[in-house]
Amino acid sequence: MTTASLRTETYLWLAQRISAIVLAVCVVVHLTTMIVAVQGGLSAQEIIARIGGNKLWLVYYLVFVAAVAIHAPLGLKTVLREMTALPIKRIELLVGLFAIGVAALGFRAAFGLYGLGGS
Amino acid sequence: MAHAHRNHPTYWAFFIHRVSGVALALFLPLHLYVLGLALAESTAFADFISWSNTPGLKTLETGLVVFLTAHLTGGLRLLALEFLDWRSGQKSLVALSGGISLCLGLVFLLNAY
Amino acid sequence: METDQLSVSIWRGGDGGAYQTYQVPRLESQTVLDVVTYIQREIDPSLSYRFACRVGVCGSCAMTVNGKARWTCRTHVSRVAENGALTLNPLRNLPVVKDLVVDMAVFFDKWEKAMGAFVGDKTRDQALAAVSPSDPKRKEASAGIECIGCGICYATCDVVDWNKDYLGPAAMNRSWTLINDERDVARIPRLQAIAGDNGCLGCHSQQGCVERCPKSLNPTGAIAGLKRHTMKAALKGELT
Repeated sequence: MTTASLRTETYLWLAQRISAIVLAVCVVVHLTTMIVAVQGGLSAQEIIARIGGNKLWLVYYLVFVAAVAIHAPLGLKTVLREMTALPIKRIELLVGLFAIGVAALGFRAAFGLYGLGGS
Repeated sequence: MAHAHRNHPTYWAFFIHRVSGVALALFLPLHLYVLGLALAESTAFADFISWSNTPGLKTLETGLVVFLTAHLTGGLRLLALEFLDWRSGQKSLVALSGGISLCLGLVFLLNAY
Repeated sequence: METDQLSVSIWRGGDGGAYQTYQVPRLESQTVLDVVTYIQREIDPSLSYRFACRVGVCGSCAMTVNGKARWTCRTHVSRVAENGALTLNPLRNLPVVKDLVVDMAVFFDKWEKAMGAFVGDKTRDQALAAVSPSDPKRKEASAGIECIGCGICYATCDVVDWNKDYLGPAAMNRSWTLINDERDVARIPRLQAIAGDNGCLGCHSQQGCVERCPKSLNPTGAIAGLKRHTMKAALKGELT
């Protein structure tokens, strides 16, 4: 049913748990800023003023994107394997592309927003 | 009745974890794409942000916040279950994680208006 | 007693079978096994079902009662009948032989696959191992040792339903008792046998097994223990 070795399967399982721990911290920060920032509605300026040019926010978002690009595809792989009849090779290809897409979009957004503000 | 065996708190917790996980995974590329709009066409980004402030969208966003907090609290419950010694009261933990996520959703909703 | 008659729908035939309904007189302290036995003796002798001890020791009378796997001998009709009706199916996740009888071979094959047999290195001439009952590992082993292999957890588990190669709760609960048995010498091969997505990592902690186990065992906890052991073994390079 799977093509990976038991060791690889265990490492992937562990990668999902470790990325989950990282995400738990990131999401708490994300929720806090969201609830604080959304006071009476979001604005583009607000977001750029906060993130633009700030190295700490940049590092935070890079870590966040990296963790989610590991966590989400591994979760989707399990769901697709259990709930669809797709062959495992096809599933691995799909979630692999998903991971690359999320990482590319995420890093682009993080660097982009960083570059828009500050001096 | 065909699925009566699924009707217990820890199964519902699994169900919510799976549904919220898939929903968040599907929302993710859209979310990141919109943020990326800020790069080239900042008017499109600003337009989207102001569109997202309409009441209907805010309700949808609240749904996403509840999904995110549910996935977070449910995930922490699973990490504790898998990595720490077993503790009794698994159903109370499910109730706790559900309660926290609903509360945070409410806080978001109240703040958003 | 609410009614003097019980309407019982029973799955007849194999995988392509159908329900047949019987009217059974309601008696005091009647168990679901009593009902099935009545039907077979008084109404339809062609009904196939399995039982032996009638008192919750052997585990052979497990069936699906109103959608949930149960020992029929220890299930009172008064606890499960809905509006004077019962629906009985064979156990889920196992091939149906006929009516309420399933083929348990796959279930026990998986115990073997999970290395459910003890492996020792002592002979009868050596002294007995002295194992303290208060030892934490022994306590873990003792917590899971009472499994009688009725298959209720296996029939309840959705992961078994979704992945035919998944070992299931009972087999891995057994492995966990042996991992904690200090006399056993097959730790690494056993971890190898239960590792990976078809083994302990496939478990989603839905805890249907814990919910339904008539012996109140905790296979989810056992599998979580196996996850930690295989993780450490993989990091040490002991898994392939």
